[in-house]
Amino acid sequence: MILFLVRRILLLIPTLIGVAVVTFFLIRVIPGDPVVVKLRADGAAVTEETIQAERKRLGLDKPLYAQFGDFVVGLAHGDLGNSLWTGQPVLKEIAIRFPVSLQVAIMATIIAILISVPLGILSAVYRDTWIDYVVRIIAVSGLAIPSFWLGMLMILALLSWKNWLPPIGYVSIFQDPVANLQATIMPAISVGYRYAAIATRMMRSALLEVLREDYIRTAKAKGLFQKLVVRRHALRNALLPVVTVIGLEFAFLIGGLVVTEQVFNLNGIGKLFVDATTRGDFNLIQGLVLMIAVIFILVNLVVDLLYGLLDPRIRVS
Amino acid sequence: MQSAAATMGSHSVEMAQAAVPGPAVQAAPVLEINDLHVHFKTHAGTVRAVEGVTYAVRPGEIVAIVGESGSGKSVSALTVMRLLPPATSRVVKGTIKFQGRNLLELDDEEMRKIRGRDVAMIFQEPMTSLNPVLSIGLQLMEPLFIHINMSDAEAKARAIELLTLVGITDPANRLAQYPHQLSGGMRQRVMIAIGLACNPKLLIADEPTTALDVTIQAQILELMKDLSRRLGIAVIVITHNLGIVARYADRINVMYAARMVESGPAEAVFGTPTHPYARGLLGAVPRLDRPRTSKLQTIDGAPPNLLNPPQGCRFRPRCRFAIDACSVAPERVEIAPDHTVACHRSAEIATLDTAASQLVSQAKTTLAPTTAQPMVDIRGVSKHFAVGGGLFTAKKIVRAVNDISLSVRAGETLGIVGESGCGKSTLGRVILRLDDPTAGEIFFDGTDLAHLGRDEMVDVRKKMQVIFQDPYSSLNPRMTVGQIISEPMRVHDITPKAECPARVAELLTLVGLFPYMALRYPHELSGGQRQRVGIARALAVNPRVIVCDEAVSALDVSIQGQVINLLEDLQEKLGLTYIFIAHDLAVVRHISTRVAVMYLGRVVELAQADELFSNPKHPYTRALLEAAPVPDPVVEKARPRAIIRGELPSPLRPPSGCVFHPRCSIAQASCKTDVPKLEERVSGHFAACPHT
Repeated sequence: MILFLVRRILLLIPTLIGVAVVTFFLIRVIPGDPVVVKLRADGAAVTEETIQAERKRLGLDKPLYAQFGDFVVGLAHGDLGNSLWTGQPVLKEIAIRFPVSLQVAIMATIIAILISVPLGILSAVYRDTWIDYVVRIIAVSGLAIPSFWLGMLMILALLSWKNWLPPIGYVSIFQDPVANLQATIMPAISVGYRYAAIATRMMRSALLEVLREDYIRTAKAKGLFQKLVVRRHALRNALLPVVTVIGLEFAFLIGGLVVTEQVFNLNGIGKLFVDATTRGDFNLIQGLVLMIAVIFILVNLVVDLLYGLLDPRIRVS
Repeated sequence: MQSAAATMGSHSVEMAQAAVPGPAVQAAPVLEINDLHVHFKTHAGTVRAVEGVTYAVRPGEIVAIVGESGSGKSVSALTVMRLLPPATSRVVKGTIKFQGRNLLELDDEEMRKIRGRDVAMIFQEPMTSLNPVLSIGLQLMEPLFIHINMSDAEAKARAIELLTLVGITDPANRLAQYPHQLSGGMRQRVMIAIGLACNPKLLIADEPTTALDVTIQAQILELMKDLSRRLGIAVIVITHNLGIVARYADRINVMYAARMVESGPAEAVFGTPTHPYARGLLGAVPRLDRPRTSKLQTIDGAPPNLLNPPQGCRFRPRCRFAIDACSVAPERVEIAPDHTVACHRSAEIATLDTAASQLVSQAKTTLAPTTAQPMVDIRGVSKHFAVGGGLFTAKKIVRAVNDISLSVRAGETLGIVGESGCGKSTLGRVILRLDDPTAGEIFFDGTDLAHLGRDEMVDVRKKMQVIFQDPYSSLNPRMTVGQIISEPMRVHDITPKAECPARVAELLTLVGLFPYMALRYPHELSGGQRQRVGIARALAVNPRVIVCDEAVSALDVSIQGQVINLLEDLQEKLGLTYIFIAHDLAVVRHISTRVAVMYLGRVVELAQADELFSNPKHPYTRALLEAAPVPDPVVEKARPRAIIRGELPSPLRPPSGCVFHPRCSIAQASCKTDVPKLEERVSGHFAACPHT
């Protein structure tokens, strides 16, 4: 088991090297000079000399291979460089935004699980009855309604009925839990609904599939209660694909909440990503892509461990 | 009926005989099914899956329900358990009385209390019938918790007792294991243990051994019979295989197209089968206890579609003896004490049939071994697969085919027989070069295939074709039959495009189909028809050798006979050479000129078919023959019975020396170390055992 973990974590290294190399060169292929963007952003008249000087200061005048060398050496020391825009270390820029994104992603995942698992089970067990139809309508609506639009509706509704607006700015949950939850619960719900819709549909179809299996017939032939047949015999088998979907979606949420963060005025990773891209902030983009790659890999590792927990056939010896 | 178990070899059974003197004929039936009708709603209409089925089962009695797929045998059993899908199925009429109570009138909760407690069921597929994520122990103890409220400790003790009862070694440690850690035979034993957990009065076994190898099948059936006698359990065995029930069943009910056509004591139904369908079923299977006949007597056509069944007797369209009266459905009448048949001509059928069949049954003469140049000559061929192996673990080698030398002469059929995992299919794939051999040479008509390049292989492929087992998955569902058959012609550029349709029509006629079927898609055809399409596709390129990999095993008995006859006709007409890979000994004996027996990657015996089956030299061949069932209770009871022990070892860890020694009854110390060579005993008869 420990060997398995060590092996999987060692496998992180080649993956990250690949991601680092690809992002480094890809961003530099994209047109747009970060220095020009930064200095002439407001249409200010800046001389060519100033631009050259700034370029030199940031090390962008060196040949590509030398820049890559600097990047790799820094990476090996755990240094992702400084943001080309703010001059702050990339790690610090990310560290400021990370907690809010992580918290919203976790809350959205909890909401999604709490909604999707029971609804998916109900829908499958009462297939083709009114219960199933209601669940399916709820799920399809979740897929059809964009999260940010739902978010705006929620804000408007609370504003017009309760005359209440979520607080602006993020406070750590450890400092002020109430203010924290006021700021994060609505984005979590608006994203969690769509997320729950995907997971509900997966839960329903996986469970329907499992309920047709021979071992379910065996369980019924043993005289088990219907509840026990579903809970003990069907659910665990049906959870495997649901766990995969939830894991991937979770990893996506951390960096992917661009519009929702905008709607709720949250200063998260998604917003940082958009800013970094529009400003051509090479170092920051590289850092963000690497971070998201690490998260995807770690989430997949957790999913694999959960698989082993659910299914003895894939349990590692 | 008393004699039913009289010759059982097992010691424990003889002991049990004293306690329970055979099935109690006088005892009141445990289960009485009366005039049962079950319908299914489908998009295409109502399927009448069971019509007017009536039978009874007494304590300690084994009743077999025999029929082909779709005959309603499983549906009638699932109706007893009330496990049919409630949304689409409906019991239209009839009663199912279990210990006097009509099961069809119970509410769901009362029925649930009976399931698993008084009536237990074992299913066909041991590989999928156990929950893969729950331990054996939990699955075994569940009925004990639910029905008898046992404590954990009591249930565990009972579970160990049950596993011991069904012959599983080391039961205490098995409880924590998961199904994937057990072999198919072991899983079926666990299924039986689950069925027996609460001491049921009735056990329903739906094709309990169909998915198992013949030696394991014999072990399981022996176990079920023993338990039934010992514990006085009434057993219903559902099967399509007449052979397996001859030895074990007390009573046979034959079903055809949703109706029961014949019912009686096993001796009567096998001794004097009367319904033309029952007679046909018995005639359609090749038998190990009789000389080979030149042709199998088959039943023409296929079972009717139950959406729109024929009027009157359902068997009329396929019956050689149908008369006008048959347009009215016959009632089942008693033709001998306790032996009932639903046929208008039951009194005269025996005489009619004997007269008709004398015309066809001639003893088959085996072709004299030709001295002709071998068509396919395999020398020292091995195929090893590497299994597992990653960054930190060593690879393991499976020797699927281990140093095999065989030759196939032009115009003959070489049968290759063995249990699953013995490497027979891999050998077939290596001969076709679908897999590359690890070592050895394969000569086809003088050229060594093992060293040919891709382009050169294309030419050879024209001359070697293959027919696969599963007619449902080996034809592309999006292509018409015509496209399927003409594809190889176009690939190999054999027939000009303009002539393809004519050639397709010719091939369809050759395999007994009709030219208009070229426009159909595979799903519109029956299993037998699809297999004929597979044969036509193989013939499209005028091959000289055809590898038949379990080509008839997935087919129903009556259809299987038709396809075997077709293969034999084609061989005669076109001078084909067959390599016939199968696990069914009787079929292999029937069709083959010579037979090779494989065990764990090696050929252990090779001889002319008749010689091999009448005078087997290798202990494994003997064990296989003893385990193979014969559809005749009288013969079965006279046969010696030494059931082979144990199971096929894992090919990952094959035993040392002679691979068969752990299961061999005559193994000696030297067998553990020396690998026996295949040596010629009599002219043309090779065996790899120095001790026989």
